[in-house]
Amino acid sequence: MTVRELQQSCGFEAVCLPDPDREISGCYCGDLLSWVMGRAKSDQAWITIMTNINTVAVATLCDVSVVVLSENVAFEDDVRNTAEAKGVNVLRTPLPTYEAAKKLSELI
Amino acid sequence: MRLAVFFIREASAETENSMSESVKFHFDVNGQSFTSAGQASVQVKKNLRELGISPEVIRRVSIAMYEGEINMVIHAHGGEADVEVFEDKIVIVLNDHGPGIKDVELAMKEGYSTAPDNIRSLGFGAGMGLPNMKRYTDDMKIETQLGVGTKITMTVNF
Repeated sequence: MTVRELQQSCGFEAVCLPDPDREISGCYCGDLLSWVMGRAKSDQAWITIMTNINTVAVATLCDVSVVVLSENVAFEDDVRNTAEAKGVNVLRTPLPTYEAAKKLSELI
Repeated sequence: MRLAVFFIREASAETENSMSESVKFHFDVNGQSFTSAGQASVQVKKNLRELGISPEVIRRVSIAMYEGEINMVIHAHGGEADVEVFEDKIVIVLNDHGPGIKDVELAMKEGYSTAPDNIRSLGFGAGMGLPNMKRYTDDMKIETQLGVGTKITMTVNF
């Protein structure tokens, strides 16, 4: 499933989708960036409530296919611009992390 | 509060094909101000990709380096990062003039951190930095002196 397909079938908000055709191979949930960085695998969807600029750096370094922001957390414009520039896909949902992960798991 | 991460002044690359067959990258990591996080690591990732290094090696190098940079910003007001690509390995040297590490063994323990609370609210300070750096590299050497600074040398073999 691609990021675009995930966004459409779950009705997640597209915060920025610079690379919508990326495949999603799995999912990782976590908010401690160092923890996530050590464990998230490339091409996974990463569900988090962390929205500072470091989120974008971690997503880039781990090469996740999409960052899914749960709980409708606020995402600032400058962070979105950085994500766009770095080619990091970002989606957002009002669902809590567990519910978002459940939904994802039904699809992939 | 937004704590800044780092500001990279300029990346320079220098190829020494005739001498040692290595490629070097140098970065200044400034912990005081900040425009975009992880730029040095992201830049290294890009450079290594252009050199045709395998994705797994690139991932290990860039994650280890990013953790190191975060440490330099949190604890040492920045520093310098040097990456050297050899035929069979990549060597990353991180140098700072911060307070030094009081107890290296303790600092290497997962979950041990001396980072202030505001760092935790940004998703760091979980005591994973040094352990992650060790996990992602084949060799890691820490040279530290209280009040003088810390030098970390990490090697990733191909």
